[in-house]
Amino acid sequence: MSEPELATPFRARAGEALHDGFLQQALTIATTKFIDLRREAFGEFPEGEALRDRARAIKEATLQRLDHYLEQLVDNVERLGGTVHFATTPEDARRIILDIAERTGARMAVKSKSMATEEIHLNDALEAAGVTPVETDLGEYIIQLAHERPSHIIAPAIHKTKGQVADLFSRELGRPDVPADPEVLTAIARAELREKFLQADMGITGANFAVADTGTVVLVTNEGNGRMVTTLPRVHVAVMGVEKVVPSMTDLAVFLAILAKSATGQKLSVYTTLVRGPRKPTELEGPDEFHLVLLDNGRIDQIGGTLREALSCLRCGACLNVCPVYRSIGGHAYGYTYPGPIGILLTAMLNGPGSVKDLAHASSLCGACADACPVRIDIPRMLIELRKEVDEKRIAPWTERMVFRAFAWLLGRPALFRLTAPIARLMQRPFARGGRITRLPLFFGEWTRTRDLPPVAARTFSERWDDLAREGRR
Amino acid sequence: MARTRAALMITCLGDMLYPEVGVAIVRLLRKLDVDVEFPKGQTCCGLPLFNSGYHTEARAVAGRLVELFAEAPYVVVPSGSCAWMVKHELPGLLKDTPLAERAQALAAKTYELSQFLVRVLGKRRFTSRVHGRVTYHDSCHLLRGLHESASPREILRNLEGVELVELPGHDECCGFGGSFSVRLPEVSSAILEKKLVNVEATGAACVVACDAGCLMQMSGGLTRRSSPVRAMHLAELIEGAS
Repeated sequence: MSEPELATPFRARAGEALHDGFLQQALTIATTKFIDLRREAFGEFPEGEALRDRARAIKEATLQRLDHYLEQLVDNVERLGGTVHFATTPEDARRIILDIAERTGARMAVKSKSMATEEIHLNDALEAAGVTPVETDLGEYIIQLAHERPSHIIAPAIHKTKGQVADLFSRELGRPDVPADPEVLTAIARAELREKFLQADMGITGANFAVADTGTVVLVTNEGNGRMVTTLPRVHVAVMGVEKVVPSMTDLAVFLAILAKSATGQKLSVYTTLVRGPRKPTELEGPDEFHLVLLDNGRIDQIGGTLREALSCLRCGACLNVCPVYRSIGGHAYGYTYPGPIGILLTAMLNGPGSVKDLAHASSLCGACADACPVRIDIPRMLIELRKEVDEKRIAPWTERMVFRAFAWLLGRPALFRLTAPIARLMQRPFARGGRITRLPLFFGEWTRTRDLPPVAARTFSERWDDLAREGRR
Repeated sequence: MARTRAALMITCLGDMLYPEVGVAIVRLLRKLDVDVEFPKGQTCCGLPLFNSGYHTEARAVAGRLVELFAEAPYVVVPSGSCAWMVKHELPGLLKDTPLAERAQALAAKTYELSQFLVRVLGKRRFTSRVHGRVTYHDSCHLLRGLHESASPREILRNLEGVELVELPGHDECCGFGGSFSVRLPEVSSAILEKKLVNVEATGAACVVACDAGCLMQMSGGLTRRSSPVRAMHLAELIEGAS
């Protein structure tokens, strides 16, 4: 999202999303479907629960020795004839990729869906350098045509209805009267993209995993575009966060068994593409050059940080689908590359705690995310940790910090605390009607705008206790 | 048989806004031969402070709690979220303090009301104050924090004259979330709206929950839309042992 958009406070962005009828319709349909499919997939897979624990244990063990596994990965990719680059910042990553494009004379790059390249805002940089990026995942293709950003980690165009996509195709592709029929829409995209695959000089992908002891980069896709992107162009560049490395193929199997089930409810995705370096002399297809860009961008700092657990994330999107906040406002309102509960943690990781001053509170802490997470990341706990950091670093407004400290002070003084009931009864008198409060001034109005409030009781439980105690002795 | 002793942790919302729930609990427990104590000086479990990140302040509140409830063999809490705070967060907050062991002990003897009735007292059958169809909302902290979904349902299913119907999306949040409800009231209300549509679709006369926060949110929404459906605490439905 651009700076001016972020200048709108989060609450206002969320409010706009709540009033977007198309968005609401699209979100409800898609997230409900994802929830049901995931539930079914795990319902039919009793081993799933144990595998989730196993997957988490593998991620933890890998983080313990991340340097070792990364070295192993680098050695193996280089042994296979590939080149590995290390990017500390998004700028580094963009420069590395633009250098490759320039050296190889690339004019067009086809892309398979990748959140890492979204994170480094690669498309804008490619365009500025005269390289045309073409998104080939259907959802990404749609949002590229619409000049938007993904609003979901695995379903980037989840915020659009099929009718909106049909209108977009009519307008942007100059094809009048496109029907709102997913099959027709897919066929159009397919025809448009086929040419691009053949023209492109460069293929850019992310990586769902990279296997250290074989040097294999693994892509999990459903449309087959990943396979085209990695085989047709002369050059393949894969961009991945350093935490995506897994030790062995045996470990990979554990993740593959739970990833698609968590993401789309599929047993496995339609395509699992394993890439090992550039084309070998004996092979018929594949690129002349293979580059792997390892991206840090704040991740390595968090190995010993409060957000360590978030480094286990598989980017399946399950936590978004079940989150009541995400389901209400969609991904764009969050304002950064990664939306939803895990997105808040990743935003803090990549942009610092100041960026999540408001987002850290964009959760009712209901815990549905932690339950759905295939590797059981305790997202609510880390949101609380972020809130703590926001307070301790004095990023939270001083008024808020004062209110909470005053509340805490009062809780330590029961005699004073008991006085709040008679005071509240006095103050609520003008507002209480028929046993409820329908309107309150100031800050309290945030509640009563949409909900009634029960008045403080005529006699609190504490005030009734002496009578109750007597009643008990009778 | 020796009578059971239990202390009631009324909670801040329970004390000020829903005293009748506390009264119902005291009378019910007495009918079940439980001697109810009410340690004086109770304020709040500190969950609002903890969840907003004010952990130093929450630690002080936790310390008070541990001392207040030191004597009781059992502690009964009418709200799943406060029970979760005591059971899951107090030990962590007081871990490196002289109160660490006592925090563990408090966590171990604390129960949410439905858990106490079913799992400690072994009581499942009660007479009812209400008749007709009811539905049950799983409060997030009780369901996902304390992994309790069976006890309240068991009680409701066995209540004479009451028909329990499952709520579509029963495990989805009501949108309360403590300070979330006033920090992002529009989002909180949108989540609530979905919950209430589901509640009304069941045709139930009341939606039951075991958490004062959820009750405040749901009843606030129900009366605002002039719905005939009431939000009630489990204890308000129970008359006595059957």
